[in-house]
Amino acid sequence: MSIFVDENTKVIVQGLTGGQGRFHGVRNRDYGTKVVGGVSPKKAGTDVEGIPVFASVADAVTETGATASFVVVPPAGATAAILEAAEAGIEFIVCITEGIPAHDEAKCFNTLKTHFPNTRLLGPNCPGIISPGKCNIGITSGDIALPGGPVGIVSRSGTLTYQALHELTQAGIGQTTCVGIGGDPVPGTNFIDCLEAFEADPETKAVMMIGEIGGSEEERAAEYIKAHMTKPVVSYVAGVTAPPGKKMGHAGAIISGSQGTAQAKMEALSAAGVSVCLNPTEAGSKMVEIVKGL
Amino acid sequence: MDLFEYQGKQYFAQFGIPVSPGGEADTVDEAVAQAEKIGYPVVVKAQVRVGGRGKAGGIKLANNADEVREHAGNILGMDIKGHIVRRVWIELSSDIAKEYYVSFTLDRPNKVYLGMLSAEGGVEIEEVAVTNPDAIVKLAIDPTVGLDLATATKWVADANLDEEAREQAAALIVQLYTCYVDGDCDLAEINPLILTTDGIVRALDAKVTLDANAEYRHPEWEVWSATDTEDPREAMAKEKGLTYIGLTGDVGIIANGAGLAMSTLDVVNQVGGEAANFLDIGGGANADVMTAALEVINADPAVKSIFVNIFGGITRVDEVAKGVIEALKRVDLKSPIVLRLDGTNAVEGRALLAEHLNENLVAEPTMLDAARTAVAMANGR
Repeated sequence: MSIFVDENTKVIVQGLTGGQGRFHGVRNRDYGTKVVGGVSPKKAGTDVEGIPVFASVADAVTETGATASFVVVPPAGATAAILEAAEAGIEFIVCITEGIPAHDEAKCFNTLKTHFPNTRLLGPNCPGIISPGKCNIGITSGDIALPGGPVGIVSRSGTLTYQALHELTQAGIGQTTCVGIGGDPVPGTNFIDCLEAFEADPETKAVMMIGEIGGSEEERAAEYIKAHMTKPVVSYVAGVTAPPGKKMGHAGAIISGSQGTAQAKMEALSAAGVSVCLNPTEAGSKMVEIVKGL
Repeated sequence: MDLFEYQGKQYFAQFGIPVSPGGEADTVDEAVAQAEKIGYPVVVKAQVRVGGRGKAGGIKLANNADEVREHAGNILGMDIKGHIVRRVWIELSSDIAKEYYVSFTLDRPNKVYLGMLSAEGGVEIEEVAVTNPDAIVKLAIDPTVGLDLATATKWVADANLDEEAREQAAALIVQLYTCYVDGDCDLAEINPLILTTDGIVRALDAKVTLDANAEYRHPEWEVWSATDTEDPREAMAKEKGLTYIGLTGDVGIIANGAGLAMSTLDVVNQVGGEAANFLDIGGGANADVMTAALEVINADPAVKSIFVNIFGGITRVDEVAKGVIEALKRVDLKSPIVLRLDGTNAVEGRALLAEHLNENLVAEPTMLDAARTAVAMANGR
């Protein structure tokens, strides 16, 4: 099984007619994802390589029965697009947009929490979600993933997610679902949401968790793992050598004072029984070893 | 973007937050001219983005032009914790009766805003948090609701600010909140917020961090971006539109994606080396971006070897390879390059590079191998 999405998930793409939206939307469809429509107020009635374009998310939902949306909209309009999807009844929203102001994200997250508690937002600034062989919403290249499980992956970083998929796939180990939660300070979906879902998914037998400096989500995840996880977790935290006070590319990857260091996160995860590795390759090898011992 | 105190105060003033009259100066003569305009006594304040200026001798009271001349002369050029003072802020001296603390920032775990208010300001708030945590009254604010005057009024009472300061402080706090939200700050902090002996509440210091993601809707920030970075390497990278952070080692780093770039620094460190920089070229690793990245790294005299670590996702490795080949024609490199290319179209990319490889352009199959080679090269092998 997979988490959050599966082979029946019907997806619309908000921003399908833009350069990025077209590229990834079509690529996701070609991977086998049920991409049933796109949204573009000015280009309603046209199509993008056979994918029909609607004027609004509400229209697209009415016409197609979509339950998920892929938001590929520039920063200034991204949170409005997310809220439009929520209002139209979309249950799962993936937003890959990088560069959304933090206050917009905070307002958007809290609006969803209060008014649309049943809508899950993944991202922003994330690579998306792929359940190999079933559904790919986002910018991950489908050919580096291997269907069949038994590993679930959750990560704050895009390229490290690809690296993790690659390491496992090279070793012949498949993935149930790979979730990129994104590197911004206010992620819609966090580590615990994904760990909970992986723990509940019978096909996922082990979880790889890739964190980075900044915030305290890894520490909170460690507490959750200690209290609730029965499945083995392998972890890697990027940014051991990052200097304090500098944003390391991601808006959320910053050590503030003594808060958010990789060291503290690794210690917390170790204490929770997680196999903490020092680089992505070591994490890959560790996971191979664990899967072979299952 | 971290603002200097004087920039923070200028920003505060745009939101109606009361600050002392003042002006900036880069030379002793300018400092005296500012002081003459403002009237004495004035305070001469070093403009550096680091705490502890007062203890380091970077804040001095001056009663006349001679004293301004003396203090500005001493403070300009001063090294405060590795930060060289290039500018001073001259401001009218305040007779301080009480010092408070107030700030707004994001509470990341709870995804709401966090306001912190204390009647014990003027010292490091982290210190108060340890020695007297009860003196800090925290307020969680729902970003969709905001902060109104009634809530601020209750808050200043809860924090036990002096009776006579409360009304002005509550109004100022609402203005600071507006500055934090509408002004797109990651952090808006006043320490100390003062009550003067004649009963006026105002901001005596300003610590503001702006959210770079919001730059597109704040043309007024433009004037501050020139002073945003003091590292000439970072300034050069910024000009070229690269996400670059200068570090102190000798292995230059180019990677795609923030996580992989961070991870690359870690791996270099694990094999006994030290990175000269963090550089994320993002998704567009074409010849122009690669050229710009190599130019910035090449300009760093400390760099002894360059580690290019690419994992193709959207980025196609064959495009990266073409970018590297083209960039090598444009940039006269003084350090050898170690490449690790993986992911989308890696086979094609490696094939393109094969004929260009030599002792100054080496390819390695894995991240760890490449890190070892780059570190060995930096050490003169």
